[in-house]
Amino acid sequence: MDPLLQVRDLEVQFQTLEGTVHAVNGISYDLDPGQTLGIVGESGCGKSVSVLSLLQLIPEPPGKIAGGEVIYRNEDLLKMEKMDIQNIRGTDISMVFQDPMTSLNPVLTIGRQLNEAQVVHLDITREEARTRSVELLNKVGIPQPAERLTDYPHQFSGGMRQRVMIAMALSCIPSILIADEPTTALDVTIQAQIIELTKNLRDEMDMAVIWITHDLAVIAELADRIIVMYAGFIVEEADVFQLFSNPLHPYALSLLKSIPRVDKHIDDRLATISGFPPNNLNLPPGCSFAPRCDYAVDRCWIEVPLLEGVGPEHRIACWVDVTTGRER
Amino acid sequence: MSDKQRLVRVRELKKYFPITQGIIFQREIGACKAVDDVSFDIYKGETLGLVGESGCGKTTIGRTILQLYRPTSGEVYFDDLDLVSASGSKLRELRKRMQMIFQDPYASLNSRWTISRIIGEPLRVHKLFSGAEQTDRVEELLDLVSIDAHCVNRYPHEFSGGQRQRIGIARALASEPEFIICDEPISALDVSIQAQVVNLLEDLQEQFGLTYLFIAHDLSMVRHICNRVAVMYLGVIAELAYRDELYTNPLHPYTQALLSAVPIPDPVVTRARQRVILEGDPPSPINPPSGCRFHTRCPIAKDYCSEDVPEWREVKKGHWVACHEVKF
Repeated sequence: MDPLLQVRDLEVQFQTLEGTVHAVNGISYDLDPGQTLGIVGESGCGKSVSVLSLLQLIPEPPGKIAGGEVIYRNEDLLKMEKMDIQNIRGTDISMVFQDPMTSLNPVLTIGRQLNEAQVVHLDITREEARTRSVELLNKVGIPQPAERLTDYPHQFSGGMRQRVMIAMALSCIPSILIADEPTTALDVTIQAQIIELTKNLRDEMDMAVIWITHDLAVIAELADRIIVMYAGFIVEEADVFQLFSNPLHPYALSLLKSIPRVDKHIDDRLATISGFPPNNLNLPPGCSFAPRCDYAVDRCWIEVPLLEGVGPEHRIACWVDVTTGRER
Repeated sequence: MSDKQRLVRVRELKKYFPITQGIIFQREIGACKAVDDVSFDIYKGETLGLVGESGCGKTTIGRTILQLYRPTSGEVYFDDLDLVSASGSKLRELRKRMQMIFQDPYASLNSRWTISRIIGEPLRVHKLFSGAEQTDRVEELLDLVSIDAHCVNRYPHEFSGGQRQRIGIARALASEPEFIICDEPISALDVSIQAQVVNLLEDLQEQFGLTYLFIAHDLSMVRHICNRVAVMYLGVIAELAYRDELYTNPLHPYTQALLSAVPIPDPVVTRARQRVILEGDPPSPINPPSGCRFHTRCPIAKDYCSEDVPEWREVKKGHWVACHEVKF
């Protein structure tokens, strides 16, 4: 099966007064049709920027896509003209953002905002769009959808707004849904609703999903594959079951050890990762994680490790074999 | 717990915020019942977790205990001293012994003050140290939270989120309190930093015999750090029990739903779980549902649940619950 989306050596930078911020530093991955890919990392690791740039949504300047290509249906999304990428957005690849309040226009009704994308992309009339909107709201579980079309965003709760955002993202039947921390601003019971909804719609519409989060537990819930990012690099990529049972990058390993679990009580202190994430203005010359890594050897301080396969569908970027503690 | 001395006693505490209409002649047209009749104790040296969804009144309870909000009715005793009727000067005196750590380390530190002034403020207010002694004490406090003492003349913006939270902790410790209310102290921090701050809080508790009220929505972290846990829903406490009892034998249907909504960072376990997914959103505290406040979303609600307020009762030693359907 050919991948639906191929990202190759994507590099994104931001020019600031203090210098160049290296937000994404040459990442490559594939997304298969119908697959759910989870991208995890801490704030500032480049997870959002990496997906925003797929659709040329990075403000330029100060942002700049410094290199790489993103192949979707034999075309490079990064080189597309403005009008062409506009047709991809929403129809083929659509996005759901973290904060549903700031992503909806507060002075337009939900109905108008839902219809807009459909009228633009699907070439249908307003009446047809309205009928579809009612169906969509019903699908994402909003009660009395026909009446609620005339409501404004402030009349919806946070969870409901996120459902509206999902309805909007799905309105033109995309093949890829990108969800950028869609549940971070929501409570856990609402988060569970949104995850369940996304899973059902994904299976029903046979979509691929890229789900970005900082919460490893959410990824465990719904992803097929997982990418762990650190300082703009992919440090580990694996099948979700593989990564949680056998993490091989020191960062992923310590991250998993440092999060408590609701189903078990650990009497010991939590394992910590010392220090704090690097500043992407001045990345260290070698591996960016070396200053915080318990396994670092001399080579880690000099050379940036490449992402290499260590097993079927399992890649890591590390000079050290964590099982032996020695250089690979 | 060997020492079962009560440090804080809260009885039938209520805090209503008035809702007014009109600009010059303000009329009260209703009340937001943020906290509506809660009673519990906090024992010396323990960590009591207070969990619930946003808007359920967790923070209001914390602030009302410290008399930062004056309660509408009810009693709060700290070390057998009545806080509700205490006068301003008496309260100021007592506040030396009870402090607070806030959620947002960006908003809770004055950005125009140096670190030495921020941490020195409680020392000045309570006239504890002055001059060179104060400088020494500030350095000692910074040392306690592992921040380089050379940083005393820096400003908050020069520190990362985790470091700022440490500064907030140092400030709370300055007056040598016995009781600290931690209001979501880690939810604004990155995953790899959360464990560091939690371990620091645990170390300080051991070193100084502190008592914590730990307000949080992360149930996994609460299971790690707390001795007892209280679950809130819409202004009332639904269930309170010792940690292991609450997590392994939750009796209230809300606690059961809440626990099952928390994702577990292990794909095998989390996908095999039976989940209770609650419908809808929490209702507004302005006109809370009659009877049991959870009846509108409760999977096992009976007719009488919408009429009778369930009694807050101890069904097993140390296990309190407010639900008609729990039979003991």
